[in-house]
Amino acid sequence: MVELATRAATTDASQQAVAAVPNKLEVRNLTIRYGSDVALRDVSLSIREHEIFGIIGPANAGKTSFLKAINRMDVFTSGMRVEGEIHFAGRDTRHLNNVYALRSRIGVVFPLPVGLPMTVYDNVALSPRLRGINEKAELDVIVQRCLTRAALWDEVKDRLNALGSLLSGGQQQRLTIARALSQEPDLLMLDEFSIAVDPVTTMRIEDVLKELRQEVTIILVTNLVQQARRLADRTAFFLGGECVEIGVTEDLFTGEVKDQRTRDYVEGRFG
Amino acid sequence: MNTANPALFQASDLNRHNESVQRRYRLLFGLMTLLLITPVLLILGTLVAKGGGAISWEFLFSAPTDGMRTGGIFPALLGTVWLVTVALLLSVPIGIFAAIYLSEYAGDNWFTRIINLAIINLAGVPSIVHALFGLGAFVIFFKFGTSILAASLTLAVMTMPVVIVATRESLQAVPQAFREACWNMGATRWQTIRRVVLPNSLTGILTGVILEVSRTAGETAPIMFTGAVFFTPFLPQSVFDQTMALSLHLFVTATQVPGIEEHVPFGVALVLIGLVLTMNSVSIAFRMWLRGKKKW
Repeated sequence: MVELATRAATTDASQQAVAAVPNKLEVRNLTIRYGSDVALRDVSLSIREHEIFGIIGPANAGKTSFLKAINRMDVFTSGMRVEGEIHFAGRDTRHLNNVYALRSRIGVVFPLPVGLPMTVYDNVALSPRLRGINEKAELDVIVQRCLTRAALWDEVKDRLNALGSLLSGGQQQRLTIARALSQEPDLLMLDEFSIAVDPVTTMRIEDVLKELRQEVTIILVTNLVQQARRLADRTAFFLGGECVEIGVTEDLFTGEVKDQRTRDYVEGRFG
Repeated sequence: MNTANPALFQASDLNRHNESVQRRYRLLFGLMTLLLITPVLLILGTLVAKGGGAISWEFLFSAPTDGMRTGGIFPALLGTVWLVTVALLLSVPIGIFAAIYLSEYAGDNWFTRIINLAIINLAGVPSIVHALFGLGAFVIFFKFGTSILAASLTLAVMTMPVVIVATRESLQAVPQAFREACWNMGATRWQTIRRVVLPNSLTGILTGVILEVSRTAGETAPIMFTGAVFFTPFLPQSVFDQTMALSLHLFVTATQVPGIEEHVPFGVALVLIGLVLTMNSVSIAFRMWLRGKKKW
């Protein structure tokens, strides 16, 4: 009972605090098409600085397409067309020439862990090297800091020269997070990161995310509604390419909802 | 305690039938494999038996005398090394760069598809057609004359598809997820190729190059009209000289020289095939060494 009460209190507090925080990302009338199929229809939302923004929804809801549009990865997908506006840190990313700078400020974690076929060290040092940092001492510091923040340092500190692609699934996923952090991103996008990870590791990563919230804005796409409930300040519910609902996460579970489908989904009474 | 149903693991008629069918198929596949390696063993066996006696230090490192009937094959051996080296210098960079473009940069459109079709067709053009093309283009039009340069250019054009296809396939074998992870970090295409794709496709590319070496070394028709000669008393000094070559020397000694001792052409063939097999073994050893460092 006490826990519930404090949770409600913090929710209220964060709601008030959040109102003063500027928007990190502003999406207006975003529509995404693949050929003639519409993957996402007319979505408008804004994500505030230093919040964890959850996106829940079943398969084919347009969640991954949404992330791809944000960091302009749509150019690598043939047939993917994006309409609308996405403002990141005040700039319209749809008309940005230097997409590389945009992508380097956004860390991405995929559903299946991608340890690149190079050493653990090189995996984390890759992004700094791409930015032109080549000094060993400086790289050492970055690698240790990022691996520590991703809760992986203790497990790999003695085998930094082992291949990153041969770590276990859970370790690789934390390696991916460490790599994303090595970009020193303003925004971290996680796409169903726990799909191939055991529950214990998932909890460790969730703890990491809670700490990271101090420094970066996080978009958390997840299939697990309880994960969104544990982590996200606000959550959007996508369904079949439509953004059905956006609200303070706890409201989706207990408060008023605009759309009955939201309640049905979060309570598992769907389809 | 023992409550298992004893009939559960007893073979039924269907089980026995399936088992015997599978045994017959295995026999068939095994026999076909034996059939396949028979000619290889026969060729190698005959060459060693009939040509092995010809091989000596003198045979490898001296010039032919008495109208090829005696002496050695050194000018031909050296000529083949020249031809292969120059052909590789020309075709490997072009082939690899073109393959990188096709695999990593070009979109999937009608233009790329036409280029890919052209490469496949280029690989299918008979070597005698390449020979006449080389004669017309390099010997006559570009006025290189019959020279190592013209012959090597012809060989390069002919074997380029090998390099392109091998390179493209080993590039495509690198999982797309690696590229996407890299692009997501803000890497350009070239940074991604340089740091992730190329280091992991090097094995395949080198294997392709070595395969090209063996093919280039054995070709006869394309060099006959463009740079290789039956006999010359001089060793080549530059790419504008004519040269002898092992493959042509084999043709000459086997068909054009009356009263030659049998072991000479067999010896030439043995040297040629030894050269090719050595290159292939290097390629296989290299691949095995790199596979030991398998990365995903």
